[in-house]
Amino acid sequence: MKQNKFWPWVVFIISALYFLLPLLATFLFSLSIRRGTYSFDAYANVFQTPAFQQTFTYSIVVGIAAIIVGLLIVVPAAYFVRLRAPHLRPIIEFVTLLPLIIPPIILVFGYIRLYSSSSILPLTTTDIGTNILLTLGYVALAMPYMYRAVDTGLRTIDVQTLTEAANILGANTATILLRIIFPNIIVAVLSGAFLTLAIVIGEFTMASLLNRPAFGVYMQNVGANRAFEPAALAVISFIITWAAMGMIQLLARFAPRTAART
Amino acid sequence: MAQETGQEFLRIENLVKSFNGNAVVKGANLSFNRGEFISLLGPSGCGKTTILRMVAGFERPTSGSILVEGKDITPLAPNQRKIGMVFQAYALFPNMNVEDNVAFGLKIAGMPAEQRRARVDEMLKLIGLTGFGKRFPFEMSGGQQQRVALARALAPKPRMLLLDEPLSALDAKIRVSLRQEIRSIQRDLAITTIFVTHDQEEALSISDRIVVLSAGNVEQFGTPFEIYNRPTTKFVATFVGTLNTLNAQVVDVASRSVAVDGHTFSLPALPEGATTNAALSLTMRPEVIALGKPNGQDVVLSGKVSEVNFLGSVIRLRVDLGANSLSLDTFNDTRTPPPALNEPITVSLSSRDILILPY
Repeated sequence: MKQNKFWPWVVFIISALYFLLPLLATFLFSLSIRRGTYSFDAYANVFQTPAFQQTFTYSIVVGIAAIIVGLLIVVPAAYFVRLRAPHLRPIIEFVTLLPLIIPPIILVFGYIRLYSSSSILPLTTTDIGTNILLTLGYVALAMPYMYRAVDTGLRTIDVQTLTEAANILGANTATILLRIIFPNIIVAVLSGAFLTLAIVIGEFTMASLLNRPAFGVYMQNVGANRAFEPAALAVISFIITWAAMGMIQLLARFAPRTAART
Repeated sequence: MAQETGQEFLRIENLVKSFNGNAVVKGANLSFNRGEFISLLGPSGCGKTTILRMVAGFERPTSGSILVEGKDITPLAPNQRKIGMVFQAYALFPNMNVEDNVAFGLKIAGMPAEQRRARVDEMLKLIGLTGFGKRFPFEMSGGQQQRVALARALAPKPRMLLLDEPLSALDAKIRVSLRQEIRSIQRDLAITTIFVTHDQEEALSISDRIVVLSAGNVEQFGTPFEIYNRPTTKFVATFVGTLNTLNAQVVDVASRSVAVDGHTFSLPALPEGATTNAALSLTMRPEVIALGKPNGQDVVLSGKVSEVNFLGSVIRLRVDLGANSLSLDTFNDTRTPPPALNEPITVSLSSRDILILPY
């Protein structure tokens, strides 16, 4: 019996060390701003910088906007594919995977060419226009995660029968989506939302090339000019990501339960 | 809107539905009266659910029309038809409690909150679930959920009720009690109802009239009594209830006499064109055959008991006549034990109870 458990534990410990050691090293380094002693001074420096607060707020706001726009596109799309065009699912899945295949830098250069001052829709000439462009870029980046999360949520409910039941009671499509479908996949939707947020918080390429004051750009800036603060920032963004993942786990407990049969 | 029952309410004309060139419903013509309880009965794939879904508006007919009170409803979307429907899978909204489920249709219709609450209470009382308003679907049994689904369908006062195998997911006991409950509620409200089922016993016990379907065709449309006792096709006779089939031979056309395994008797009529020595298949229900020879039974057969099934109130025997065998039902008599296996036995029936069915 002991023999059986030995090797799995070895594998587990080695992989745990592989992931945790660099993190621990980063954490210890972030605490060593004073010679010979550990302190949270680097963290204090980071939190006190106005740029930290501004860029962090900016990224959160853009992230929330990306979540809302993403949901408005993905929920109806995934719903209609399931309900009326299940044969299109492989195609839709492929399309939503494209952002993983096409690097963000290609995407953002495409945007800049398409929406620059000489185009019919010159989004990049104004701040608000560029913000919109960045938000839409993030919607595209988060699409693979968002679509999968929502689609998984839809799989847990009987979309067709619930739609028909609401439809025959007089509800139109908008009402069905808002009052029946959305509330029943809310946990899946929120996990998609937190994934989007986790992506947006650390994103650098798009924000940098569109010259937006985002958190990712700020982190890169600090990294180029300071020694200990970048380590502190890395730990902070890890904690944010973990918090987002933890929220997904927590929310799963509040999922509306599907009815027991008989 | 107290309207008389008995007049035509729903009319289905030349209704055809094909999926990718495959005809699932092949030209159905039916007329249902106001307040009637109609069952669509048939094996899976016979088109019964497709007809129901076309009445609901979930499927568009390939051709033909569906008229409610003389008006063609085929162009209407499901949410414009004012029809209530109950599904096999209950389909209660999992995110809403019982009250909100029942109130959903009322809310959509824009009924004020006060009236809505009163209507929900009335509905919960109707289905015997007063006090369950705050429960969520997952906290209830299947039977309770299906009753809530019924209340939800009836709350907006639909002009017609569609039931798509509502009892199939429930266990046997609840199935019987709930079907009686559905029938009594339907009678009270006098709402025209179409009930889809593959269970012949269910259809016989609950319906005013039954439509028997097979492979997209209407085989027979009639009362349970007619369907059971006077089936017009072999399919109806075999699908509804149990049936004995005996291979007989015509002995004499003039006296209409036939022979089954050496027993000769006369029939009230022979099929047209029957000739001497022609083969004939005779069918009869197990319950028209009696043990022994009571008065008035003009067909007497003898054989050997080959099977005894004690079913409680009824004993089903299998009797070997030679080349043929038949099943018969006899009531359980507390004082007389059932016949033993291989015991010689005489059975009899009235020749008027013999059916000669086309195809």
